[in-house]
Amino acid sequence: MFGLKNSCSILVDEEYKSMDDYQGGMSRWCPGCGDNGILSAVQRLCRDEQLPSEKTAFVSGIGCAARFPHYMATYGFHGLHGRALPTAQGIRIRRPDLHVFVNMGDGDCCSIGTAHWIHAVRMNLNMTAMLHDNNIYGLTKMQASPTTPQGMKTNTTPTGSALKALNPLTTTLGITNASFVAQVVEWIPELLYDVIRQAHHHKGFAFVRILQRCPHFMPTLWDGLLSHPDSLMMLQHEDGMHMSDALGKIYKNHETHDPSNIHRAREIAEREDVVPIGVLYRDENVPTYDELKRPARTPDIEQRRDLLETTFDRFGIFPGTSEVNIDGQA
Amino acid sequence: MALKTEFMALTIMTEMPMVLVDVQRGGPSTGLPTKVEQGDLLAAIFGTPGDAPKIVMAPSTIEDCFYSMITARKIAETFRTLVVVLSDANLATGQQAFPRPKFNEEWVGTPIDQSPVGKNKDAYDWDPKTGLSQRFIPGQPGGEYTLTGLAHTRKSKVAYEPGVNQEGCRARSLKLAAFQKTLKPPKVYGDPEGDLLIVGWGSTRGAIEEAVRNCREDGLKVSALHLRFLQPMASGIREILQRFKNVMTVEINYSDDMKDELIDEENRRYANLAWLLRARYLIDIDCWSNVHGQPIKPGAIEGMIHERLNHEVQS
Repeated sequence: MFGLKNSCSILVDEEYKSMDDYQGGMSRWCPGCGDNGILSAVQRLCRDEQLPSEKTAFVSGIGCAARFPHYMATYGFHGLHGRALPTAQGIRIRRPDLHVFVNMGDGDCCSIGTAHWIHAVRMNLNMTAMLHDNNIYGLTKMQASPTTPQGMKTNTTPTGSALKALNPLTTTLGITNASFVAQVVEWIPELLYDVIRQAHHHKGFAFVRILQRCPHFMPTLWDGLLSHPDSLMMLQHEDGMHMSDALGKIYKNHETHDPSNIHRAREIAEREDVVPIGVLYRDENVPTYDELKRPARTPDIEQRRDLLETTFDRFGIFPGTSEVNIDGQA
Repeated sequence: MALKTEFMALTIMTEMPMVLVDVQRGGPSTGLPTKVEQGDLLAAIFGTPGDAPKIVMAPSTIEDCFYSMITARKIAETFRTLVVVLSDANLATGQQAFPRPKFNEEWVGTPIDQSPVGKNKDAYDWDPKTGLSQRFIPGQPGGEYTLTGLAHTRKSKVAYEPGVNQEGCRARSLKLAAFQKTLKPPKVYGDPEGDLLIVGWGSTRGAIEEAVRNCREDGLKVSALHLRFLQPMASGIREILQRFKNVMTVEINYSDDMKDELIDEENRRYANLAWLLRARYLIDIDCWSNVHGQPIKPGAIEGMIHERLNHEVQS
């Protein structure tokens, strides 16, 4: 039928990857942990995009969120606390053929990894960075992180966290060369998927802050958002997050926001009365470091020889002669 | 190197080939940031928490720096390990003419393997004898695994069972032994036996050998030994050391002076290489070292050798 051979369609079926094909080890996060929702959304993205698992790399630091690569059946790098981004950048620079995803916790990204975060935004390498933000160090059992709300009692702040929480959105939007900044919550799968998908398709460094539940250590953290849907301000635009009509009836606080408007994005990010959800900023015209610095070609062995010989010539000296050519002959 | 310690440990744990060049300067802390020192040898070998076996080598001349990088890269990729190359401020800022290198295709790394991996292959198929394993590289279908700095099984799965960490540590340690079996014993400069052997490493080679040559012309029975590989060390070094009445190292790092009132054999802190040789070979090895932040001149070594050997003769 339609000139297709039967064998062709069977082959397509065999090669089609289901979500199960992207599942690595079984997740060992706590029951109800928001990381599970993020994992599902990402596996769904991999399936919908049919990403080749051998050409996809998940990179993480240390923490609960950092277990993420182990639960994917792709290549992964579970590295050092705070150093997920430089590792991912190294992979990206050397292997532009790979799809690179980064999973960081709020301790990972906003505390020990802050310098890497700033420079990763500025270098704007093509990758999707997810900040799993549960406002606490969960793996080490409840110490305050930079995004822990002021006044929160934790093991390291027994009388309440003294400082106001760091705002990862305003921070990222303030960094030179920011090209994609979004915020979403993990408990609305439709929006989580849509934002991560857009981040994946963005040309450049896509930063997605995902508000994440930690039922074990922060059981009431997001109660306000869960019981008052209007506290989430849904940013909608044809170039931004898309929301179904059905969902729009539950979350009624909508705002039309053009993601190309950085000034408005910064104003929205500053809001403390509501939590903005959606793509705050997107600019695909920001040059990516891989574009700027990628060699035009990979030299073959002959070209390497020529490059080396040229370098040797540059440093060469030829005793006893005043004028010489590159063969060393006067 | 202080700043790179955690990444060094990560490459060792994940068995990612890496070459790290440490241009040694005066320490500790910011120390003498523009001056030479050979103070990082023990830190390079032992400075990583936990058992972190790695290869440590030191070039002796600027020409040697060029070839050492090629060698180090080959070793790192072959043994899937970290190779630390200990250069120093002398080598880094000095100038030296040497014969133009002749390009060799073997210098160039092999292309990245992107061929499919067979079914059910382990990410670390540690050979029980050598500890070596093949490395899967992103792009190889079927090889998908997650590198981790945590203790892991052969499948690179995080695991804390007692046998798992023991097996991983054993494999990473055995790789050093496998590499050590490929090393040739170093050659003695001067006679293979005598009254005094000066052992050195790194950029002091020229000064030590010049001093030894001059002393030998004066009739002193002194020889020199230069060590290019510091960790692991080649077989046969013990036999070399045993053929001399006295053995000492000459290094640019701090060691206690026996003339200081409080210093005795029970508390003396030795120069880096002297510590290593004493521990490895159970030979009473002396040292002469300083941290003036300057290259050690042949004349100073000569004077020291004369003083030591004349003192020997008198006593």
